[in-house]
Amino acid sequence: MQDLHLLTVAQTADLLQAKKVSSLELAEHYLARVNKHEGLGAFLACKPETTALAAKAADAKIAAASSSNLAPRLTGVPIAHKDIFVTKDFVTTAGSKMLQGYRSPFDATVVTKLADAGMVTLGKLNCDEFAMGSANENSFYGKVQNPWDTSRVPGGSSGGSAAAVAAGLAPAATGTDTGGSIRQPASFCGITGIKPTYGRASRYGMVAYASSLDQAGPMARTAEDCALLLSAMCGADLDRDSTSLDLPPEDFSRGLNDSISSLRKLQGLRVGIPKEFFADGLASDVRTAIDTALAELEKLGAKLVPISLPRTELAIPVYYIIAPAEAASNLSRFDGVKFGHRAADYKDLSDMYKKTRTEGFGEEVRRRIMIGNYVLSHGYYDAYYLQAQRIRRMIADDFQQAFKNCDVIAGPVAPSVAWKLGDKDRKPLDDYLADIYTLPASLAGLPGMSIPVGFGEGNMPVGMQLIGNYLQEGRLLNAAHQYQLATDWHTKLSPLMTGGAA
Amino acid sequence: MALSQQDIVKIANLSKLEMPAAEADKMQTQLNHFFDTVEQMRAVDTKGIEPMAHPTHAMQDAVIGHIQLRLRPDVASEPNHRQANQQSAPAVERGLFLVPKVIE
Repeated sequence: MQDLHLLTVAQTADLLQAKKVSSLELAEHYLARVNKHEGLGAFLACKPETTALAAKAADAKIAAASSSNLAPRLTGVPIAHKDIFVTKDFVTTAGSKMLQGYRSPFDATVVTKLADAGMVTLGKLNCDEFAMGSANENSFYGKVQNPWDTSRVPGGSSGGSAAAVAAGLAPAATGTDTGGSIRQPASFCGITGIKPTYGRASRYGMVAYASSLDQAGPMARTAEDCALLLSAMCGADLDRDSTSLDLPPEDFSRGLNDSISSLRKLQGLRVGIPKEFFADGLASDVRTAIDTALAELEKLGAKLVPISLPRTELAIPVYYIIAPAEAASNLSRFDGVKFGHRAADYKDLSDMYKKTRTEGFGEEVRRRIMIGNYVLSHGYYDAYYLQAQRIRRMIADDFQQAFKNCDVIAGPVAPSVAWKLGDKDRKPLDDYLADIYTLPASLAGLPGMSIPVGFGEGNMPVGMQLIGNYLQEGRLLNAAHQYQLATDWHTKLSPLMTGGAA
Repeated sequence: MALSQQDIVKIANLSKLEMPAAEADKMQTQLNHFFDTVEQMRAVDTKGIEPMAHPTHAMQDAVIGHIQLRLRPDVASEPNHRQANQQSAPAVERGLFLVPKVIE
C-alpha cells in the first residue's frame, strides 16, 4: 500500500486490528518517508532496528489477540516524540548543544505509557532549544520547515512534531505546551493538537522549561485521534510527579459523539467569544477564517456568547517573567558535571561553569536565563516576579468569571499565519507578542486545543483555539470532533503529504 | 528604569554565563526593550491579591476541590543505576564524577 501515510491514527489502528497491514510495514513506510524528507528538518534521531523490534512485538500481540481478548486499540500504530521527552533507546537533546548525544537512563512516563498502549516509536522530533521559541528557529540542530510552504516556519516549540504530522512522516506525535507550544505549531501546520489541564499528563522525564506551565499533549490530524492518544498519555503518576493530578484514567473518546440533539450536534453549547482575542493585531485573513468557523459552530446549534478576558494583553509580560524565572532555576542543573556538554579548557570551577554554559546554551536560552535571574534577584523579586504571580491569579479568575456564562471559549490561536523562515526584521519580542492568545490558558492551567479551520495569506493554514474549564478536555474534543464531522478542513493535505509515494 | 552595562555583567555572573563587552551591549539593548513592555504590568493594582505560583491553586478554588500536594515516603525506590546514570557524564573515574580542583 502506497498511501499508508494518508491514514489517520484511528484508521491505521483499524487496519492493524483487521490484520490488513502490519506494524512493520507501517514503520518501514514511515521511516522511508522520514529519509526522503530529511530536508524538512523534523526528525533528529531514528533507529530503524529498534523501531522494527517494537513493530514486530506489536504484530505478535495483534496475532495473539482474539475477539474476546483484543490487543489495545493503539497497538502497532507509529508515533514520534518531541525531543524534550527523555528516552532510553534514542538520544535526547532538547534541541540543545548542551545535551548533544545525551543518553537518558530512563523513559519519560508519557513515552512509557504510549509504549504500553502498544505504540511504536519512529524517532525523536526537532524542537526549539529547551522548548523556548515560537518558530522552531532556536534549535541547535537546525530549523524546521513548514510542509505547506518550506520557506516558512512550522511554529514552535513543537515545530518538528507539527511538521512531521503535516508532512505524513508520522501519523501522530507528542508535543509539549508551556505557553502555546502545541497549539501554535498545530495551527501553523494545519493539524489538530490538544494541551490538557495542567497535571493531567505526567511531567516525569520531560526536560523542564517552566515547571508550573509545562504540559504534554498529542498532535495528530483529527480530534478523534487526539482523543485516543490523550487517553493513553494521561493518568496519575503520583510517585514521580508531585503535580500529577490524582484522578482515575479517563477515556476521552467516549464522549466524542455525545449530543442532546441528533440533528444539531452542538445544540445548547455556549461558546464564549473573548472580545480581546479579536482586537487590533489580529490579521484580517485569520479573522475571516475564524469568523467562518464560528458561524459553522452556530449552524451546529452552538450559541455564541460575548465574553471578556480583560487581562489578555498582560499575559505576555506575566508569562515572560514567570517562565524565564522558572527556566533560570531549572537550567541551573546544566553545569558540565553530571551530564551534558563540558567546555574543553577552563581555569577553575567557576570558569568551567561559565564556559560550559555559554558554549552549551543558544542565544534565546541565555536571554531567558538572564531575564529569569534578574527578576528573581534581590530588589526585583517583588516588583516583577510576585507582581506577575498576582496578575496570573487575576487572569485565572477572569476565566472563571467567563465560564459562568459559557461552556467553552473560542478564538484564534495566533494573530497571523506562519511567517517566513529567517526573517531578519523579526525581533525576539515580536515572537513573544505573537503568543498573546495562547498564553492566558497556559497561565491558568486550562486545557486548550487547535483545530484547522481554513487558510489565510499564502494559502497557509489557520487554526481555531478552543479553551475549556479545568478537566473539560472531553467537552473540547467533542466540540472539535463535531466540527470536523461537519467540515473538511482537517482533511486538507500539505503538498509534502500528497507529493508522490515514499 | 533601564539596566546598565554593570547590571548586565552582574546578572551574567549570577547566571554563570560569560558576557564579553560586545555581547553585553546587545543583551543590554534587548533586555531593556523587553523590560519596557513589562512596565504595563507593574502599573496594575494587585493590592490584596495572593500570588499564584502554580495552577493547582486556581484549579482547587474553581472546580476540583482539595488537591493534596504529595510527598513521597522517604525510602529508596530504585536499585543502584550508577553506570546508566553516569553514561552521559563528561568526566568520570572509578565511578566518581570528576570536577576541577576546588580546594587548594
